[in-house]
Amino acid sequence: MAAADFEVPKLKGYIEIPSIRPGAMQGIKSFPANEKIQEGLGYPGKLVDGWEQKAVSKMGEMLRKYRSLQVFLDACVHCGACTDKCHYYLGTSDPKNMPVARQDLLRQVYRRYFTLPGKLFPKLVGARDLSKEVLDDWYSYYHQCSECRRCSVYCPYGIDTAEITMAAREIMDSVGLGQKYTNEILGKAQRIGNNLGMPGPALEDTLAGFEEDVEADTGVAVKFPIDVKGAEVLLVTPSADFFAEPHVESLIGYAKVFHAAGISWTLSSHASEAGNFGLFQGSYENMRKVAMRIRDAALELGAKRIVVGECGHAWRVAYSFWNTLTGVGAGADDKYAQMLQKQLDHSYPQPSHICEVSLDLVKRGAIVLDKEANDHRVVTFHDSCNVSRGSRMGNIPGGQFIIPRELIRSAVNRYHDMAPGTTHEATFCCGGGGGLLTDDLIEVRVKGASPRANALKDVVDNHGVNFLALICAICKSQFTKVLPYYGFDMSMVGGVHQLVSTAIRLGAKE
Amino acid sequence: MALEVNGKTYETDEEGFLLNLNEWNEDVAKALAQGENIDMTENHWEVINFLRDYYNEYQIAPAVRVLTKAIGKKLGPEKGNSKYLYDLFPFGPGKQACKIAGLPKPTGCI
Repeated sequence: MAAADFEVPKLKGYIEIPSIRPGAMQGIKSFPANEKIQEGLGYPGKLVDGWEQKAVSKMGEMLRKYRSLQVFLDACVHCGACTDKCHYYLGTSDPKNMPVARQDLLRQVYRRYFTLPGKLFPKLVGARDLSKEVLDDWYSYYHQCSECRRCSVYCPYGIDTAEITMAAREIMDSVGLGQKYTNEILGKAQRIGNNLGMPGPALEDTLAGFEEDVEADTGVAVKFPIDVKGAEVLLVTPSADFFAEPHVESLIGYAKVFHAAGISWTLSSHASEAGNFGLFQGSYENMRKVAMRIRDAALELGAKRIVVGECGHAWRVAYSFWNTLTGVGAGADDKYAQMLQKQLDHSYPQPSHICEVSLDLVKRGAIVLDKEANDHRVVTFHDSCNVSRGSRMGNIPGGQFIIPRELIRSAVNRYHDMAPGTTHEATFCCGGGGGLLTDDLIEVRVKGASPRANALKDVVDNHGVNFLALICAICKSQFTKVLPYYGFDMSMVGGVHQLVSTAIRLGAKE
Repeated sequence: MALEVNGKTYETDEEGFLLNLNEWNEDVAKALAQGENIDMTENHWEVINFLRDYYNEYQIAPAVRVLTKAIGKKLGPEKGNSKYLYDLFPFGPGKQACKIAGLPKPTGCI
């Protein structure tokens, strides 16, 4: 690990609200996307002439299209309930990272051009012209928001602050100012089928390697099928599961679950990505393009069930948006959506989360987990923001909190939750979500992880926790990278299905 | 950004990764390694050459697990582990070795 060239917050084991330090993160800027990346997504290659006017007219277009945006821009009364709820404010002390202040960067411009008092008396109502200075602030601070929506939970008006960040990013993209990390990856997902840009043959070779590894390890020929027509389950998982550690361990866990339960399944080389960075960017069109690949693959392969692997925002998109994006859900009305509706087996939730699939199999006795195999671990669970606040799981309210925990408890003997107020719907983002998981934002990521690291320190010190269980590829990569800055060992980070993988009985049932 | 080697200029991205894969040669690799404070030894070259071969075949860098296994098979089990690779490339075999091999930086949720 590199020595930090910034101040890493000291952990206390509880969360303290810092005094403000104006401008603390002013200069922070992730790399902008180059012309090739921007144009590949249909955006201008660089900041266009007359961008001020074009940005304002884009905002007007979005206000007409998304009534929610106008409500969110109008409704805020600056009560301050959100000020101390953002992990980036708590970690950086920069007052512009208070959600109300970050949103006001857009709201001030909205007032200036779209409200009568702002047009007539801008100074009296805090309205501002859209200048280069404002644009720079937008770029900097809207990339210090992970769209995790924790602040929204505490907003008495229910303002979805993430939607404001998304709108700002969409406006910037439309005038040629995009972020390299998000947009480069989105281009790869649309061209190649996954965020890594891993072509089919590389994926096949990688999966063949995992088959060898698992057989060498367990003596059982667990398969990692790809592009198999007629398989019951199409598994869509983040491509990090094919590539990164500890992600691969969870992929091995899913494969073992399907093997032990005798369910035929397949991955798809066309839709080899569950993640959908179109959400981060706020672009409905880009989100739809990525989601469509999954529908195409399901139709092509004839799958009866679509199951989503451990990926936070993928599950939000799948659970909450696939219905209207692609017609995977009751709202299907175009020809292919209806074909898919007929093809899918509706005795299962469509889509299903891998955690609900595995827990159901455990409860029905279709797979057996030996908890003792995990006795070297004391486990805690980090609720991923997009799963907690953007979706549900199973058929009971709060299923997205209950199901992963029940699955963990069926795989391990020792489990401790982190402090209330840091879990469930109040969970803190890992600090790397929403398109921030890039080396050029490492300072934001490390500081933004401090609330979670504080809550983790408490259970490590007082309950001997040595394993942080996750259901999101971004959370896994983020914590592996940033927890060492706080003195934790990166090997304590892993997936829920890594625990299942350790505990599952593969041989004949006794 | 750009890198100058033997009087020739090579374009790189913001993080110093070579933009044009085909421009790579051993002198460029040495210059890139120098920027990373790495003295290239035979052991380093083995990894770099493997990465380039893999990339030529698959158009992507290998996963760390694939890399360690392949190195172990080819060069002996004592080299087939991530500790060996991290000793050679302290900032991570994926990102640092890819840079020296002239490959694009792997990005995604990793």
